[in-house]
Amino acid sequence: MLSFFNPLRIRGGVHPEAHKTATANLPIVTDFPLPKKLYIPLQQHVGKPAEPLIRVGDKVLKGQLLAYSQGMISAPVHAPSSGTILDVNDYPAPHPSALPIRMIVLETDGQDTWMLAPTVNDPFQLTPEDISLRVGAAGIVGLGGATFPTAVKLNMGREAHIDLLIINGSECEPYLSCDDRQMQERAEHIIDGVRIMLHSMTTTNAVVAIEDNKPLAFLAMQKAAQSFAAITVMQIPTRYPMGWDRQLIKYLTGKEVPVGSRSSEIGVTIHNVSTALAVHKAIRYGQPLVSRVVTVSGGAILRPLNIEVPLGTLIAELFTFCEVKTDAVARIIMGGPMMGDALPHVNLPTVKATSGVLALTQSELKNTEEHPCIRCASCISVCPAGLRPLDMANNIRMNQLDAAVDIGLKDCISCGCCSYICPSNIPLVQYFKYAAGEVAARQQAQHKSEQTKRLIDARAARFKRIADQQAAEEQVRLAAKAARSHQLTTDSDTSTILGSRLAQQSEVDAH
Amino acid sequence: MYVLAAIVSLTLLGLLLGFLLGLAGKYLKVESSPLLDAIEALLPGSQCGQCGFIGCKPAAEALANGNAPATICPPGGSALAEQLALLLGLDLDLSDVKEPELLVARVSEATCTGCTRCFKVCPTDAIVGAPKQIHAVVADACIGCKKCIDVCPTECLQMHAIEVTLRNWRWTKPVTAKAEVNTMGEALC
Repeated sequence: MLSFFNPLRIRGGVHPEAHKTATANLPIVTDFPLPKKLYIPLQQHVGKPAEPLIRVGDKVLKGQLLAYSQGMISAPVHAPSSGTILDVNDYPAPHPSALPIRMIVLETDGQDTWMLAPTVNDPFQLTPEDISLRVGAAGIVGLGGATFPTAVKLNMGREAHIDLLIINGSECEPYLSCDDRQMQERAEHIIDGVRIMLHSMTTTNAVVAIEDNKPLAFLAMQKAAQSFAAITVMQIPTRYPMGWDRQLIKYLTGKEVPVGSRSSEIGVTIHNVSTALAVHKAIRYGQPLVSRVVTVSGGAILRPLNIEVPLGTLIAELFTFCEVKTDAVARIIMGGPMMGDALPHVNLPTVKATSGVLALTQSELKNTEEHPCIRCASCISVCPAGLRPLDMANNIRMNQLDAAVDIGLKDCISCGCCSYICPSNIPLVQYFKYAAGEVAARQQAQHKSEQTKRLIDARAARFKRIADQQAAEEQVRLAAKAARSHQLTTDSDTSTILGSRLAQQSEVDAH
Repeated sequence: MYVLAAIVSLTLLGLLLGFLLGLAGKYLKVESSPLLDAIEALLPGSQCGQCGFIGCKPAAEALANGNAPATICPPGGSALAEQLALLLGLDLDLSDVKEPELLVARVSEATCTGCTRCFKVCPTDAIVGAPKQIHAVVADACIGCKKCIDVCPTECLQMHAIEVTLRNWRWTKPVTAKAEVNTMGEALC
């Protein structure tokens, strides 16, 4: 009852089975055999795809820039290893549809030679703007899964005068333990990355939030941070989706981010622990983002592990390394089981967003036999965004998308708590994903219809202009002709008449 | 002399008829209702005729008189249907409405002769080309009205479904328990 009045109350959330022990106690594998070929998508981030600047046949070194970022919100792509460029073409994307996307294919030479990059001994001598520039040039994006370009976020943080930087180490998705292992093994580097980020945003306070099911990571991070007063390491309750930025901000600061605005508007910004590590590597050693730690787990994996893999490694190679029972695989998931994407096959590359690759068996999947809604309202109590999933799903089932939007469809974060808890196995979050796509499609259709009108008007205007112009020319021609005929009548020389008639005739012919 | 006479008489005739038309336009103007204008503003205005009427205006009239359902316009899709229903105060049941499959024209390079007929009729200028040059369709501007198909002498223009890319890929609607029962029922019959 008292918890009702507690300002730090957490809204919604579920406690899915963690399944983390399989990988959380094993060290990160850093000697993953270098794949023969790497498939590097040009878009591994939110925003515009990168534009390639290499040619097929070029020899590149590890860390060399392959494609530069275009526009304000974009990120460059670097070579994850040394070798030769084989192709720049469309290949299946790591996406539920596996539709083609532009990728660079790199044949590795096995040397893994780094490009020489200047190291920075004291990054705190650099200006905050310089750090953002370097972070942007290193191709760093939010590694928690959102893949928003980090440099843009650092700039926004500096401009919005952020007073708190939250480092998200909650890792609330089941199965995943890559952040947990990195915090245990690389705590000093992460804390250094956090300090650099603080410097870049000219902010003085940072909180590292770690769920209380990761005590070892918490201790390691606390130890690493104890000499820096600006950085506090905090334990937060274990509950999915604790890592959702708004949930975390609400819990840590008691402030709620208003609907439709960014967290920077209330003076808070949030980055992932892996992102902080990537910033450390980029600033201290000039290493761009070319690899990441991926959790390979699930019931069908015999040797579940956390592996540091070069970006562009095919999931098939990860599965071979971790010994997958192919016949037991019921579903392949990139990311966590709650919010990750089911992939149709394994010949897809790992990208900057790939925090985990799971091969789940049938017994690990939710029963999909659907029953009618019994209006138990479990989905309402678990929804972290405070929505009414059952009503929204009903609206969407009847194609009343506007009604669904009115009761908050756009605030749905697709966390999947409602689908997870539903005793009738109603695919609630699937309805919301469908509806969100449909709403976007309608907006596009609306936009196209406006565009069509514009085109039709432009065409009508052009036709009118041409008609007017022709009419004006006709007038001029007629006037000239009339003048000439008038002259002819006064002229008595027949030969001139004949000559000018001929000329007139040819003029008519020409027209 | 006869040339001058012809020019003068035709010019006079043109001016006179034009003047009469102008007068007619001013004094015999049919007042259109504001509702009609509102409906017409919502409709695409491409006069594509896919609704069965000869243009958007007749379709708007039919809508205003209640002779046509809100779902009349295929290019507008269900988004337009919802707007029309809102404007006309109609109850709209979209659960049975299928989203029309949107098509775009595509030129087959092998048979295009560069006759320029298609781009002359395209209401949105979605076809680019020049005489005796192969034409091309700008898919983003094509509204699938099929006017170009009708005029193409070599049948080199064909309608194709819009290519699905990562940009326009969407999740499908979950199959409901009810729909499953239906399909099972059909299977039993």
